[in-house]
Amino acid sequence: MYGKRLRALALTTFAALTLTWVLAFFWAPDDADQGFLQKIFYLHVPLAIVTLGGFVYGAVAAIMHLRTRDSRWDMRSYVAIHLSLVFGVGVLITGSIWARGSWGVWWDWSEPTLVSFLLVMLLYATYQPLRFAIEDPERQARYASVFAITAGAFVPINFVIVRLSTAYLHPRVLGNISGNLPGRFQVVFYLALVSMALLWITLWRYEMTSKHAGAQLRALRRRLSGEDQQDTQPRRSAVPTLGVEAGAPR
Amino acid sequence: MILGELSLHHAVPYVAAAFIVFFALILLYLAIMAGKLSRIERELGELTEPAAHRPGAGAKDAP
Repeated sequence: MYGKRLRALALTTFAALTLTWVLAFFWAPDDADQGFLQKIFYLHVPLAIVTLGGFVYGAVAAIMHLRTRDSRWDMRSYVAIHLSLVFGVGVLITGSIWARGSWGVWWDWSEPTLVSFLLVMLLYATYQPLRFAIEDPERQARYASVFAITAGAFVPINFVIVRLSTAYLHPRVLGNISGNLPGRFQVVFYLALVSMALLWITLWRYEMTSKHAGAQLRALRRRLSGEDQQDTQPRRSAVPTLGVEAGAPR
Repeated sequence: MILGELSLHHAVPYVAAAFIVFFALILLYLAIMAGKLSRIERELGELTEPAAHRPGAGAKDAP
């Protein structure tokens, strides 16, 4: 289901990322202030925006799960948050590398953008343990959805508050304070944003395909093993249980 | 010009490190996912093999 057109999507993502980085290194000029170091931003900033967008999508999927009680929405929310956490680790590391090159330090606790992103990451780092702590799959899905919605609402609020704060040590790529990106920078930046979003969507669909195949396999195993295994307690897991596993209509 | 070269010399390791970290992270993620898919394929193989040789397979659900 999720694997449909995955190959085409993966190839498009690969082409878009290749084009983005070729343009970033060979077409976009070096920044007057940052020099060559600014090239990190074509990776770091889209990665951060897509990460936060992924968390928000996780919240939207969680709302849909609570509205419809369809376990597929819980799985979509789970995979979105899981993938965004992976991307978020990339944001923290690439940001630290840039800070070291530009500021001479790996981390600056007085910089609100850095600290707020770390807070968001730490908040979402509790998502998987929360799921794992609840044994009943139904209750686990419900509590996880409530968490995803609450944390997802925190993401844009946090973003706006940081933008409104007065400390502007962290450079603004898109902003109304010091003017927007000029010409070629803007083209490459938006292309990088689209490419990174495509990468996120490709990996999300890849993981959804894997999770769905795993659920179908477990359902098949249960059917083949007969009625005696129907009442056995499933292994405790943080991964959502799809309706197909419980024999519910897809 | 000299300043620009110095800046480039200073920045290249950081830019390279950032991109290497990103690729490593994505590759690690893909490797873990590939491992999970391999396990699904293996388990599917384990299921389909005995199911194919089961007496009356496919007739059980028939009306």
